[in-house]
Amino acid sequence: MTASTSETATAAVLALGDDALVLSHRLGEWAGHAPVLEEEVALANIALDLLGQARVLLSMAGDEDELAYLREERAFRNLQLVEQPNGDFAHTIARQLYFSTYQRLLYTQLAEGPGPFAPLAAKAVKEVEYHQDHAEQWTLRLGDGTDLSHERMLRATEALWRFTGEMFQPVEGVDVDWEGMRAAWLESVGDVLRRATLALPEGPASGAWTAGAGRQGLHTESFGRMLAEMQHLHRSHPGATW
Amino acid sequence: MATAAAHHTARAQAEGRDEAAQAAYEAVFDAAVAADERIEPRDWMPDAYRSTLVRQIAQHAHSEIIGMQPEANWITRAPSLRRKAILMAKVQDEAGHGLYLYSAAETLGTGRDELLDKLHTGRQKYSSIFNYPTLTWADVGAIGWLVDGAAITNQVPLCRCSYGPYARAMVRICKEESFHQRQGYELLLALSRGTPEQHEMAQDAVNRWWWPSLMMFGPPDDESSHSAQSMAWKIKRHSNDELRQRFVDICVPQAESLGLTLPDPDLVWNEERGHHDFGAIDWTEFWEVLKGNGPCNEQRITQRRRAHDQGAWVREAAAAYAGKQATRAEPPAGHTDQQSNGTGSPQGDEPAGTADEHGKARA
Repeated sequence: MTASTSETATAAVLALGDDALVLSHRLGEWAGHAPVLEEEVALANIALDLLGQARVLLSMAGDEDELAYLREERAFRNLQLVEQPNGDFAHTIARQLYFSTYQRLLYTQLAEGPGPFAPLAAKAVKEVEYHQDHAEQWTLRLGDGTDLSHERMLRATEALWRFTGEMFQPVEGVDVDWEGMRAAWLESVGDVLRRATLALPEGPASGAWTAGAGRQGLHTESFGRMLAEMQHLHRSHPGATW
Repeated sequence: MATAAAHHTARAQAEGRDEAAQAAYEAVFDAAVAADERIEPRDWMPDAYRSTLVRQIAQHAHSEIIGMQPEANWITRAPSLRRKAILMAKVQDEAGHGLYLYSAAETLGTGRDELLDKLHTGRQKYSSIFNYPTLTWADVGAIGWLVDGAAITNQVPLCRCSYGPYARAMVRICKEESFHQRQGYELLLALSRGTPEQHEMAQDAVNRWWWPSLMMFGPPDDESSHSAQSMAWKIKRHSNDELRQRFVDICVPQAESLGLTLPDPDLVWNEERGHHDFGAIDWTEFWEVLKGNGPCNEQRITQRRRAHDQGAWVREAAAAYAGKQATRAEPPAGHTDQQSNGTGSPQGDEPAGTADEHGKARA
């Protein structure tokens, strides 16, 4: 392998691995705060699946802990969507719906392809189907529940909409049909939202200069604080093993 | 007047039959307990047996739920991805244990909502240990090794508890707890053999968690109000002090192999007794924590209440959606779903079954 293909491969691995790592971390913040015990179990379960995926992916690029704990904010390649703070439960569910639908489509394609991600994707796609189902069921309950929950679900889908465009910015080294994926994603999410008495938001799917920004290491302000918390202990003991 | 007198006589006769039936049920119950049989939800049981079990199982469930907090406190700061995965899985298990235990309590005719309400209003307690703070990463290991270790010592005998649903829940829970306990031990071992700073962190955590862990076995035998009756009913199999002694004897060699010391200058092997002697527990601290004056009592219950209150709209949405789905699925004539508003309904006047059912169940 030439240096440049190797760099491309690493960038691709980091993109997918960081998505899983960062969203897992956000879901981990829910532990002890969920609205009902069953959701303590479900959110932790999803967080664990994602962390498992992150560990496999990051290990493809190097040492998982070095990559998770010793990179600065600007070196992370995750989508801005997954780093968004949890907000209320509707916000978390909207983020899950957007991302798990994307991940299901992505991993389904990767599982069928010849690339380096096929083995991981084949295993992960089963987990991701569960995540998507969980998000879908809650979108229906909140969207078509009470007036208050409808309002909150609506606000959440709208607030996160501008982070959805970056999901379909092609990632070099990830060999899938990006445009086809966008269409399938719009159809799937649109269908769930309609059944939840909501609709696809109308605003732009990206901020003025933010399309694909996360993939280039440009993040939103809350992300640095999240990393500070995540990395603090590891960085306080250089070279230690845990 | 004659009618009233007849009524009176009939009632007296009925009460007489009730007393006779009561005595017969009690005899069947006592014989079942004596024969180490399991009491099941539909069996007759003394009211006090039922209420003791509700109290104990509910408080056990509450402890699992509140116990998530001190550990969840470190999920976002876990120092390696492997440790983070282990910790998340553990906290998830605890929520699952809470669910098993609330289900077991519900077989006694109470509802999860009712029990949670009692937790939130301070009418039911949870284990005093979770009112201590997790100040460093090593505390996660100390909780696994000592707190889960003490819990297992307490809970393994409960796998043989006379009440079937509780005993079966404990079998499942103990398997997972012993896994957590080994993980906690292994975490401390990694720290103890790590850098001097890590070793110091591990020792400090053990110093802070040792005594509170010993308090988990409850007050000394001569001050334990529920013990005698619980042992007679075979809810409890060993006294608080017996279990505490067993725990100390298990921990001493484990501490040695960890390369850590236990913070008790009076801890010494007693050849004559075949047990370790250990120092006096600060019971003043224990009672203070139990009364609500521990380091984190306020914080723990506030967080639990906040999660519950802030989640109310989510639960209401789920109920409203389920209601709509039921209506949509229903034929036009319609029938009301008895189950849909069943949770939390008072069932205090159980057992509601017929004498036949009770007789059959125990026969």
